[in-house]
Amino acid sequence: MGGVGGGCLGRTMKEEKNFNNPLLRIEDLVVEFPASQGRTVHAVSGVSLDIRQNETLGLVGESGCGKSSLARAIMQIPPPTSGKVLIEGVDLTQLHGRKLKEVRGRFQMIFQDPASSLNPSRAVGESIAAPLLSLGGMNKAERRLRTREMMTAVGLNPELHYGRRAHQLSGGQCQRAGIARALITRPQLLVCDEPVSSLDVSVQAQILNLLRDIKESYGLAMLFIAHDLAVVKNICDRVAVMYLGRICEVAPCESLYATPAHPYTRALLDAVPRPDPGYPAPDSGMLPGERPSPLDPPRGCRFRTRCPRAADICSEIRAELRDIAPNHEVACHFPLDVRPENGGFDGR
Amino acid sequence: MTGPDQDLLVVGGLTVQLQTEQGPIRPVDSVSFTLEKGKTLAIVGESGSGKSMLCRAILGLVPARGNIRFDGRDTGKLTGREMNRIRGRDIGVVLQDPLSSLNPVMTISDQIIEPMRIHLGITRREGVERALYLLCSVGIPRPEERLGCYPHQLSGGMRQRVAIAIALACEPKLLIADEPTTALDVTVQAEILTLLARLQMERKMAIILVSHDLGVVAGCANNIAVMYAGRIVEQAPAAELFRRMRMPYTRALFDAIPRIEDPPQRRLPNIPDLPPNFAALPPGCRFAPRCPRAGERCRTEEPALVCDEDRNHRYACWFPV
Ligand SMILES: Nc1ncnc2c1ncn2[C@@H]1O[C@H](COP(=O)(O)OP(=O)(O)OP(=O)(O)O)[C@@H](O)[C@H]1O
Ligand SMILES: Nc1ncnc2c1ncn2[C@@H]1O[C@H](COP(=O)(O)OP(=O)(O)OP(=O)(O)O)[C@@H](O)[C@H]1O
Ligand code: SF4
Ligand code: SF4
Ligand SMILES: [Mg+2]
Ligand SMILES: [Mg+2]
Repeated sequence: MGGVGGGCLGRTMKEEKNFNNPLLRIEDLVVEFPASQGRTVHAVSGVSLDIRQNETLGLVGESGCGKSSLARAIMQIPPPTSGKVLIEGVDLTQLHGRKLKEVRGRFQMIFQDPASSLNPSRAVGESIAAPLLSLGGMNKAERRLRTREMMTAVGLNPELHYGRRAHQLSGGQCQRAGIARALITRPQLLVCDEPVSSLDVSVQAQILNLLRDIKESYGLAMLFIAHDLAVVKNICDRVAVMYLGRICEVAPCESLYATPAHPYTRALLDAVPRPDPGYPAPDSGMLPGERPSPLDPPRGCRFRTRCPRAADICSEIRAELRDIAPNHEVACHFPLDVRPENGGFDGR
Repeated sequence: MTGPDQDLLVVGGLTVQLQTEQGPIRPVDSVSFTLEKGKTLAIVGESGSGKSMLCRAILGLVPARGNIRFDGRDTGKLTGREMNRIRGRDIGVVLQDPLSSLNPVMTISDQIIEPMRIHLGITRREGVERALYLLCSVGIPRPEERLGCYPHQLSGGMRQRVAIAIALACEPKLLIADEPTTALDVTVQAEILTLLARLQMERKMAIILVSHDLGVVAGCANNIAVMYAGRIVEQAPAAELFRRMRMPYTRALFDAIPRIEDPPQRRLPNIPDLPPNFAALPPGCRFAPRCPRAGERCRTEEPALVCDEDRNHRYACWFPV
């Protein structure tokens, strides 16, 4: 099964719409891990997404839904079980050795745990410069100059911070160093895996502003992963919502937040805490039941075991992503706020 | 309503001094507050402001100066044994990382039952029954299947629920929850906060809820204390605080939160730089180097925490908003 057959129709429609080719296109990406007793973890199950030049795409979903697996598959660490990762039309999964390394220099990743991308026993400046070294083609002086430039661009002081070790930096400074390291090869695409989830609100604001500035001045495309929809709205142009290895909804920021169509998106929106004591505490009643295990995802719609709108058809037939408004795609038999002219089932 | 018999915890002039390579530091510096029975006090501040150290001092886990009255008793006068009893039975603790508060090599059932056997003197059988009831009340489905599990076999949200169940086992009068949801995603966070609010209603238990995010505590705290560089710099009932934030730091913390109602791509007004190093505090107001309202006086004289009598609103600032 997978998502192989179902996606075809949607894709031709999308291709017509999208005359300027995306920078990154993921097609039917599947990531599976072997588990004990011959079972399989279905971490990512048939995901197709585009990221355009200069665009920031948000990817949100609960812990364990496969966000990091998807990000790592894009980076080929490890490569996906199946599916394509196309950078300007070149399929990375078909590249090897030198060629892969060359193309991979064009996209970089930053991680949730800011210290993890920095070598603890080396000077921070050297960690930042490391990708240049493995890319080759620059002498020591050039590398040092570029490193200093990058450190300044992310708000680190080269004089003060170049020689420090990771543990001598604060969480926010580590994340800045991680960003400098990721940007030093002048990539076209930056994959950010929960870059602010471990930071406090004031440092989070600093890093979000920094990423936004950098995206503009370097003309970057970004895949921005988070579980907090308020954070995503602050930095993204478009948002993809993921549940248990599948995409439920993709839309531009404005329409996703104004008219969420997937019941899961609605639940995520309701869970965002409001900084207002008059606002009722978030109601978890929306999502009854346990999270299903990726070892044994529900048949049909994967959200059906927790969905307040689920009906019989949901356990039999999986809803494919389809357009319900311009650029607004949803995978649900009974989306919220479907206007009649868009057709679809109107069960409730 | 308020009065000495309503007060569960009265903290006065609490100070923790540590020796470091850079000299002595005071991560908790003259902190005073009162927590009434059955109420929630939130403690909010940036990373490193001393929130966890304050919790540890209340629990008597670090040497501290000052007074702590818990449930009418001066904890400074208690023996180590008595203090252990308070910690194990009257005060429950939940930490940010449930893995660090759970024992990785003990089953869930043993971890819940053990403290009850020690402090409540119940039998193993009664313990199992109560454990099932507790797991149920923290929203763990099919608890009988979880009793034999080890912590690593549970998801993060489930682990935090178990940690809460353990903290509640001996029916504490006070629950100290130090960033109980920071490591969790938003849906689980919402579930845990709802759970805490419900348990508090049912059990008339007081809660100290620590967080770096004013948004997280807004919906569930009766009273909010904002901490900066080891001191409480503003404190008020939640509604009053959100109605009027007097101290520029509180305002800045609040403004830094991305809001779901805001238009996309809004630049966040962030606080520049980082909190000061405890070993080299600035003279005057500790927030002055980062404060947009700072004036001459702020750089020389430290403002005291003053009370706005009629409203119960305390703040430490020369030029309040
Ligand atoms: N190397 C691996 N081997 C086996 N299972 C894995 C591996 N990596 C991830 N998984 C499983 O795949 C699923 C998806 O994990 P992933 O880390 O991609 O989720 P995530 O959305 O990034 O979650 P989080 O928000 O917690 O980071 C999870 O059930 C996880 O346990
Ligand atoms: N054992 C120690 N020795 C020296 N300094 C310490 C020690 N433990 C904590 N500190 C310092 O005390 C200060 C307060 O730390 P604390 O952990 O209470 O902050 P916090 O407000 O809980 O921060 P976070 O939000 O990161 O948990 C920090 O500056 C920290 O570096
Ligand atoms: S397809 Fe059915 S179960 Fe799935 S989200 Fe839509 S209504 Fe809910
Ligand atoms: S006392 Fe001065 S520096 Fe301190 S918060 Fe008030 S205005 Fe700012
Ligand atoms: Mg992840
Ligand atoms: Mg802490």
